[in-house]
Amino acid sequence: MTEDQTFDEMWGHDCRLRTPYEGFKSWFDEEDPRHLRAKQREAEELFRLTGITFNVYGREEAEERLIPFDIIPRVISGNEWQKLCRGITQRVLAINAFLHDIYHRQEILRASRIPHEMISRNEAFLPQMMGVDPPGRIYTHIVGVDLVRTGPGEFFVLEDNARTPSGVSYMLENRETMLQMFPELFSRNRVQPVQNYPDDLRRSLIASAPAVADDQPTLAVMTPGIFNSAYFEHAFLADKMGAELVEGHDLRVVDGRVAMRTTRGYRPVDVLYRRVDDDFLDPLNFNPESQLGVPGIMDVYRAGGITLANAPGTGIADDKAIYSYMPEIVEFYTGERPILNNVPTWRCSEPEALAHVLDHLSELVVKEVHGSGGYGMLIGPASSKKELASFRDKLKARPANYIAQPTLSLSTVPILTQKGLSPRHVDLRPFALVSPLGLKIVPGGLTRVALKKGSLVVNSSQGGGTKDTWVLED
Amino acid sequence: MGAGRLMLGRKADGLYWMFRYLERAENTVRLIETGQRIALTRLGSNESEWRSVLQTAGVLDGYEAEHDALTKDGAIDWMLRGKENRSAVSATIAAARQNARSVRTAITNEVWEATNEAYMIAGNLMARKVRERDLPTVLSAIRRHTALVRGATHGTMLRNDLYDFARIGTFIERADNTARILDVKYYVLLPSITSVGETLDNVQWESVLRSVAAYRGFRMAHISSTGPREIANFLILDRRMPRSLAFCVGKLCDNLGYLAADYDFKAPSLALAEEMEDTFKSQDIDGVFDLGLHEYIQWSIDALARLGRQIETDYRFYA
Repeated sequence: MTEDQTFDEMWGHDCRLRTPYEGFKSWFDEEDPRHLRAKQREAEELFRLTGITFNVYGREEAEERLIPFDIIPRVISGNEWQKLCRGITQRVLAINAFLHDIYHRQEILRASRIPHEMISRNEAFLPQMMGVDPPGRIYTHIVGVDLVRTGPGEFFVLEDNARTPSGVSYMLENRETMLQMFPELFSRNRVQPVQNYPDDLRRSLIASAPAVADDQPTLAVMTPGIFNSAYFEHAFLADKMGAELVEGHDLRVVDGRVAMRTTRGYRPVDVLYRRVDDDFLDPLNFNPESQLGVPGIMDVYRAGGITLANAPGTGIADDKAIYSYMPEIVEFYTGERPILNNVPTWRCSEPEALAHVLDHLSELVVKEVHGSGGYGMLIGPASSKKELASFRDKLKARPANYIAQPTLSLSTVPILTQKGLSPRHVDLRPFALVSPLGLKIVPGGLTRVALKKGSLVVNSSQGGGTKDTWVLED
Repeated sequence: MGAGRLMLGRKADGLYWMFRYLERAENTVRLIETGQRIALTRLGSNESEWRSVLQTAGVLDGYEAEHDALTKDGAIDWMLRGKENRSAVSATIAAARQNARSVRTAITNEVWEATNEAYMIAGNLMARKVRERDLPTVLSAIRRHTALVRGATHGTMLRNDLYDFARIGTFIERADNTARILDVKYYVLLPSITSVGETLDNVQWESVLRSVAAYRGFRMAHISSTGPREIANFLILDRRMPRSLAFCVGKLCDNLGYLAADYDFKAPSLALAEEMEDTFKSQDIDGVFDLGLHEYIQWSIDALARLGRQIETDYRFYA
C-alpha cells in the first residue's frame, strides 16, 4: 500500500485543499513557523503545569506522563458530522437494545443471529445482570465510538467503548488550550463548542437517578484512585460536574443504600458514575480480591437502590468478538441497515477464517478479543518474520482469543514538525450520552494521532498524541 | 451547594495533610537556613548545632542510621533530599502534592497549579546534591513557592469546611514545629547566672528566633528588654506572633468553631482546643516558668498530638 492512496483530511487524495480547512489554511499561511513552534512548546508547558498527565502501567513506579498535544486542529465539516451522528445514534441505540435483550429474553440468540456460546462463554457477560432493569432501561450512559476514515465519505467503526470510555477530558482541555493560545483562529472559524459536555453529562446522569432518590439526587464519580492511568480525568469530570470523587473505601452499604463517608457521617449516593471495571466493583459478587470496590453494591443495584453508569455487564456489547456481529445487531434491533460500516473482521474461532488469517498474516492486523490500549496486537505489514512466526503460534494455540482485520489506509491530518506541516495517521472518538432525556453527541471528540511517521498506532500508551477536533458550523 | 453540601472524610484528611506537609517543608527549610547561618557566623565546630537542628526536625535517628559521622553537608542533604527521610523537604513537598492530587476537586485551579509548580521546581532544584553556593537560592525558591500556595489558598478558596481543614492542618503542624524547637532548645531559655545581662547577640537565642522566622519580629515587638523570658513569652504566649503556640491554638479554635457552626455540631476536638487556649490565657510567662518550662512544652506537644487524633476521629478521616 503506497502513501498516495492515503486520504489526507486537509489535502484530499489529490493535493487540493479541502473546504473545511480553508479558514485554517489562510491563518496558517500568515503565521511565522518559528512562532508556532514556540507556541507548541508553550502548550506543553501549560499542560505540565495544569497536571494533565496519565500514568503508564507496567513500570516500577506509576510514572506520570504528558500525552503529547499537537496544535494543528483536525477539522470536520458540519455536514460530515451530521452523517456521523446519525450513524452513531443508530449504533448506540442498538447497543442498548442488545444489552437489554441479552440480559432478558435473549431474542437475538433465539433468532440464531449470534451463536449462543458467544454470550454464554464470554467473560464480559455477567449472569448477575440477568433480569435486572436499570433505571430508564439505560445500560450505556456514556459511549465512545472509535472511528477511522479512509476517504471523503468513508468512515469505519474500529471499536465501541461501552464500559468506561475515557479521553473526554483531553477533548475539553485541548479546546481550552487552543482558545487560550489562538483566540483569533476561533474568531475566523465557526467552531461548534464542546464546553457543555460536563453539564450535559451531569444532567443526563441525574436524569437517570433511581426511583428512591429525592428531587436532588446525589451524584458521585468513582475512581480506582490516584495511581490509575485516567485519574486526572476522573478528578476533572467530578470537579466540572460539582460531584464528589470517591474511592471504594469511601463507600459502604448502609441500610440498603450505597453511602459515602462524609465529615458528617454516611450519606446515600443516588448515581455513581463509576470508572472502575466490573470485575473490581464488588468483592462479594465479583472478584473477591478487589480492594477497589464496595462489598454488596451489586445487591443494592439489583434492588434499585443506586444507578451505576455505565451498568455492569455492558462489556458484552464492546467485546471484540461481538464487534464482528455489530451489523447483524444493528439490523436486528433497528430494522435498518447500519449507517456506519464495520471493518471487515475474521473471527479466528471459525476454522475457515483462521486458515485465511494464517495464510495472510503479513497483511492483517490481529487483535486480542479482550485486549485494549494497543497491547498484544500484531500489525502484519510492520512486523518482522520472527514476530509473525511467534504470533502464528499464539494464534494456533488459542484461536478464539483473536480477531483479524485488513490494514486500512487510515486518513492523515497534518501535525506541526520542525519542517512545517507533515501528515500523520489519526482516529476519532466521539462521545455519546444516553439518558431518559434522549441521546446527545458532543460536536467534536478525541482525535488521537500517531506522531511517528507512517505509524498506525495512535494509543497514548504507545507514543500517540492528541489534537483539538473541530466540527464546523456550516 | 450551601449547607446541604457534603464533604468526604477522606477529602478532609487529604486537605489537612496537604497543608501539614507544606507547612513542614517550609519549617524544615527555615531550620536549615538557621543552621547554616549559625555555622557561618560562628567559629569552631558546629556539630552540636546540626545535631539539634536534626533533632528539632525529628530526623536525627534516621540520619544516624544512614551515616557514620555528623557533618554539615550530610545534615543539609539529609534534610533536603535524604532518600530514606520521609520528612525531607523533597519528600514533604511530594507528599503535599500527592495529597493535593487526591483532593484535586476540593482545591481551586490556582492552588493546584501553585502546588504542582512548587513540586516541579523543588524537584528540579533538588535533583542533585545542592552545592553550598546554591543553597541560599534553592532554599528561598522553595520558601517562595510554598508561600505562593498559601497565597493562592488565601486568595481563591471559598471560606467553607474545605478551607477550615486546610487551616487546621497548617496550624497543628506549625504549633507542633514551634513546640519542638522549644523542646530541643528550652535549656538556652532557662534563667541562669551566666546569661544574666547577656544581649540578643547570644547565638542560641538568635537560632531559636530565626527558626521560627521571628528574629526581626521579636526586635520590633521588644525594643527595651530582650532576655530569655521575653523570647519564651514571644514564642509561647504572644498572640501577635503568627508562629506562637497561643496564636496557632487560637486559630485552631476559630476554624474548629466555624466547622461546629457549619455542621451544627460541637465536636470533642473543639473542646480540647478550647481547653488548651484557656491554659494559655490563664497564665503569664512567669507562671509558665514556675510550672517548669520543659514540662510546659512537653504538655503542649502531647496536647497537640491528642487534638490531632481527635480531629481525625471527629471528622471521619478514616473508615
